[in-house]
Amino acid sequence: MKRLLLVLSLAVVPVATPAHAEIVEQTLDNGMRVIVKTDRRAPVAVSQVWYRAGSMDESYGTTGVAHVLEHMMFKGTKDVPAGEFSRRIAAAGGRENAFTSRDHTAYFQTLQKDRLELALKLEADRMANLALSDDEFAKEIQVVMEERRLRTEDNPQGRLYEGLMSTAFQSHPYRHPVIGWMNDLKNMSVGDARNWYQRWYAPNNATLVVAGDVDPAQVFGWARRYFGPLAAHPLPERKPQREPEQNGEKQVIVKAPAKLPVVALAWRAPTLADPENDRDPYALEILAGVLDGHASARLNQSLVREKRLATEASAGYDPVARGPVLFMVDATPAEGHTVAEVGAALKQEIARIARDGVGEQELARVKAQVLASQVYQQDSLFYQAMLIGEWTTAGLDYRARDTRFRKLKEVTAEQVRAVATQYLVDDHLTVAQLDPQPMDNVKPARRGSGGRHAN
Amino acid sequence: MRIDRLLCLCITLLPALPALAGLDIQNWSTSQGARVYFVENHELPMLDISVDFDAGSARDRREKSGLASLTRQVMTMGAGHFDERDISEKMADVGANLGGRLDADRAGFQVRTLSGKAERGQAADLLAAILSAPRFDAGILEREKARVIAGLQESATRPEYIGGKAFQAAIYGDHPYALNEGGEVETVAKLGRDDLVAFHRAYYRAHNLAIAMMGDISRAEAEALAEKLAAGLPPGAAPAPIAPVKVAEHGEPQVIPHPATQSHLFMGLPGLQREDADYFPLYVGNYVLGGGGFDSRLTKTIRDKKGLAYSVYSYFTPMREMGPYQIGLQTRREATHDAVESARAEVEKFLKEGPSEAELTQAKNNLVGGFPMRIDSNRKILEYLAVIGFYRLPLNWLDTYTARVEAVSRDDILRAFRARIRPAAMSTVIVGGQIEGQDK
Repeated sequence: MKRLLLVLSLAVVPVATPAHAEIVEQTLDNGMRVIVKTDRRAPVAVSQVWYRAGSMDESYGTTGVAHVLEHMMFKGTKDVPAGEFSRRIAAAGGRENAFTSRDHTAYFQTLQKDRLELALKLEADRMANLALSDDEFAKEIQVVMEERRLRTEDNPQGRLYEGLMSTAFQSHPYRHPVIGWMNDLKNMSVGDARNWYQRWYAPNNATLVVAGDVDPAQVFGWARRYFGPLAAHPLPERKPQREPEQNGEKQVIVKAPAKLPVVALAWRAPTLADPENDRDPYALEILAGVLDGHASARLNQSLVREKRLATEASAGYDPVARGPVLFMVDATPAEGHTVAEVGAALKQEIARIARDGVGEQELARVKAQVLASQVYQQDSLFYQAMLIGEWTTAGLDYRARDTRFRKLKEVTAEQVRAVATQYLVDDHLTVAQLDPQPMDNVKPARRGSGGRHAN
Repeated sequence: MRIDRLLCLCITLLPALPALAGLDIQNWSTSQGARVYFVENHELPMLDISVDFDAGSARDRREKSGLASLTRQVMTMGAGHFDERDISEKMADVGANLGGRLDADRAGFQVRTLSGKAERGQAADLLAAILSAPRFDAGILEREKARVIAGLQESATRPEYIGGKAFQAAIYGDHPYALNEGGEVETVAKLGRDDLVAFHRAYYRAHNLAIAMMGDISRAEAEALAEKLAAGLPPGAAPAPIAPVKVAEHGEPQVIPHPATQSHLFMGLPGLQREDADYFPLYVGNYVLGGGGFDSRLTKTIRDKKGLAYSVYSYFTPMREMGPYQIGLQTRREATHDAVESARAEVEKFLKEGPSEAELTQAKNNLVGGFPMRIDSNRKILEYLAVIGFYRLPLNWLDTYTARVEAVSRDDILRAFRARIRPAAMSTVIVGGQIEGQDK
């Protein structure tokens, strides 16, 4: 069973920079930032190019275009034909992919360290020279619609999450799914993709993050050689699109073929803006850990183990974002229990913390996990680069990740209680429930018809 | 939310290790007879441990399907003088993470901990108790049965689960690999505490255990830790091997109606063992057919050229006995016929012609050139140690990997594919839409 919150970051995200790793940065004349983190544990390098353009920068009618363009970035430039980018990286032994989120679009390759230059050269080419042919677009938009069917149309949790987001946010573009609404995909043109590319794909809207067993001076040299000649251009004005204050609980019911209901509660919560002086986001992160940091944390211990109201329960909060964020909890009611009962039990756990606070040992336990995860994160080169890219595109200084770790350690039990009281209130709540529908037409397998010899 | 361009498939083929890396695998047995595989590395102050028993779902009997999985699951919920709350709290107190896994062959646990003496000591004490002294509390068992059953019922609404299960049943018939790893609603409902106790006693034995460790401890510390983990386990011979898989002469086609907007295809047959003379020809060949992402013929034809699917692939899952070879895709209902026939045509063409020299070179370049990334973290190395240990592969398995990839020829691939992938023997399961031209 996949849980709804799997799509969000884990409650307690690890922090800080290991002492032995070094991060250096340069900005090219065209405004592109280049950040290099050396890590010599393996003869490997990761390259990630981050564009500060995600689904939150889209408009009505063309939702999903950020992600469609991401697909089209593999469909050829003037000099590198469709499919050739992937073929060359694969021939070098590399692995590559890309991802689009609400806040950004990023492209990455992992290679042996001596083959990094190839990735930078190819990335620079497609930053400026994308072909965007009608023919390739016509096929790729079909692929993206298949992707939407797989992730959302046929996935009850995907639909629940989509319903939750579009309800929780009234005006902010976070209410649109990253993959776009199906009708927008059906009506999208190659011109929409081209407009998007021309507006946002520029060195002054991009950050290159390289991590691994590399020489920073050499990486900066390659960056100047390949990305340096690309012209900066003015970026469209970014309107604040501030989400209006919520003045009352909202509810949404999503019906989908499934067996088990799900209930999700999402409160408006603060985004991390000033890592040095903010306090509440850190306290909310600790709160998420108290609720769901381990198998004996409050939600699982109370709802699943003791009361046996739910088969699973979880919490999540990630304050690193360009836009407004949510503090979420969700649960799957156990047989014989209703969404109403389980929703009330989730609220009761929050109320208990708002009233009685959290124990010192509970707090210490969450902090011990934060401390450990700071070490564990260093095992993944890719994740280290990822953190730098996420912080940077969110408008935060990646160096402040050390600050964040210190601030998490400073959170007090009283602060955890206070944020539960202040933020997790009904007027700022959206409740989403999955109302499972029977699947009448699912019958036992018919044998010997169709399949193999369909012609 | 993130959306990757390509779904990451869990390809369970054992990846490669570069000769240049010189991974020094230390190997010994504990005094009770558990096998230990250890790589010492002090770069990060952490330790990863994996323990795997030959106690996977292939050890289930049909009428008690799900017992292996439930036993493994409930073991972590109270053991020795720790109750279930103690176990997760004490793990969390030292920042340790406890995980578990089960497949047809293996049942196991993984612990990631800081390597300080106090932290790793506490984590190891907890793990040792879980292995040797699980309580199998009756009340907790009833709760977990209800959770497992709810999960099985929910899964039974999902096309990918419905199809995967039907495919597994079709290609394995009476063999225990046909059994669903998590069991069935009816069989799980009947499992009792005695069943779990008996299963644990039968299979959680020192001689049936492979311990893998990677990280920041010395050899002497690793030896002491392994002794502690195995100390409470009874010795005794490894269980009798499971029966070889018999591949049916003729596969069977099935169509399972489902209201989803996409049809899901599952096509294949039993195809590869973990220790298998044709391992490399099949592995390299499948890169070209359906394993090599955007390099693969299935992706090029069905996704890039025709726009019929987001995800289309083929892969071997090597297992103790013959693990499955599976071709899969998802496509909109009305395109089902086109997509399925395209996939079938690619397989048949590949069996006829094999890869071109250019395709073979590309495959080798990627597999050999990508080798360093397969062992670039403690976690990845631990996984290799666990597989090498559990399946008793040669300790130099990784050292010879790139040479064996390089040695594969087009003829090797053609011969191996023709011997294993007989179209008539393949079963096909389609969940979802109508098959055009057939049902009308």
